[in-house]
Amino acid sequence: MTCQERNDLIEAYADGELDLRASLEIERHLANCKACAAALKSHQALRSALAGASLSYDAPARLSSRVRSALRKQEKVSAVGWQPAWRWVALAAPVFSVAILAIVLVMVSRSPSPGDLLNQEIVSAHVRSLMVSHLTDFPSSDQHTVKPAFSGRIDFSPEVTDLSSVGFTLLGGRLDYLDRRPVAALIYQRRKHLINLFIWPSREGAGAGVAETSLRGYNLIRWSRAGMDYSAVSDLNLAELRSFRQALQE
Amino acid sequence: MGPTELKKFERTFLPHMSAAYNLARWLTRSDQDAEDVVQEAYLRAVRFFGGFRGGSSKAWFLTIVRNAAYSWLQRSQAQGPITPFDEQIHDVEDTNPGPEMELLQNATRKDLLEALGSLPVEFREALVLRELEGLSYKEIAEVDGVPIGTVMSRLARARRNLRQCLIDRGAKEE
Repeated sequence: MTCQERNDLIEAYADGELDLRASLEIERHLANCKACAAALKSHQALRSALAGASLSYDAPARLSSRVRSALRKQEKVSAVGWQPAWRWVALAAPVFSVAILAIVLVMVSRSPSPGDLLNQEIVSAHVRSLMVSHLTDFPSSDQHTVKPAFSGRIDFSPEVTDLSSVGFTLLGGRLDYLDRRPVAALIYQRRKHLINLFIWPSREGAGAGVAETSLRGYNLIRWSRAGMDYSAVSDLNLAELRSFRQALQE
Repeated sequence: MGPTELKKFERTFLPHMSAAYNLARWLTRSDQDAEDVVQEAYLRAVRFFGGFRGGSSKAWFLTIVRNAAYSWLQRSQAQGPITPFDEQIHDVEDTNPGPEMELLQNATRKDLLEALGSLPVEFREALVLRELEGLSYKEIAEVDGVPIGTVMSRLARARRNLRQCLIDRGAKEE
């Protein structure tokens, strides 16, 4: 090992990153090599200059509250307001025991089902992908580029289909998070409208069939095929979104 | 995510805000952009919180901050050509370490700020994570997504660059 090669190790030694054996070897060498001993000194001088100059930038005080409120805004959707209602029920319990039964019955019938919550989540993920200019992790209109980009990032391999021949252009892929798991998102464009197609493996016992919903002005179609759940969401009209699904199936 | 889980998220990650801001500020070189990057990093982190499996929450979060800052850099540099980073090209010859000792000891905060700020972003990042945030090589490797050997040689090159930069400044003043 030349002294030049040893240089990186001397820094690692000074950083306390070498194991005992390597440290001892470096120490033996430092005792006998003036050039390396000088290099160590210079390295230590640089480190103490950096440490002594307080070079860190301080976050402005307002940033913390700004981040908190942005988090609350983003997470509002999945924390739908049934909790305060329950608390009210709990408070009223000692007094209106009969009324409670009625209220609970009403609440149970009104409280969102898991499917509704997931729909909310899907629409939110769609809106968010348009808002934070984070539409794609790997932009590409080539299905053979997008599909391999997912491997190693998620534990399944989504089918990626190029639909440009029928007017739906593939813009790329993205990782997202839905239903407490990482999912694949494919982004297609139809004229000015963007479509997020979310794909993830079906949970066991999940029902088949196609479900169409409209939420906050977005159309949403969900279906399952070959062990995968699909959700297409867009501000595109329902008829065209149906044809998008049709084209995917073919 | 329910309110309890959000609280848990905040308890784990809000304490890393100053580190996040410092890294973002050094990478973007702008106060305003650093704030935006930090906010976006938190919004991304909360979505991927389910994938956080313990370990160093600081390294996990700084990885997200770094990626958010790089997407920002890519967007802002989309107009002009970018020289792809090359460790070899950006390396400098090591000068004889004797005479610069005094110079290093006398370097002012302004000298250091400007010298560090002028380094290629990958070098700046490695030095900020190591010298200002005190991350271990292993944590830096996690944040940068490179092997530990690369962290080691990148840090060594970054320090050589920084040293050379300070020497050049010193020579100009005389």
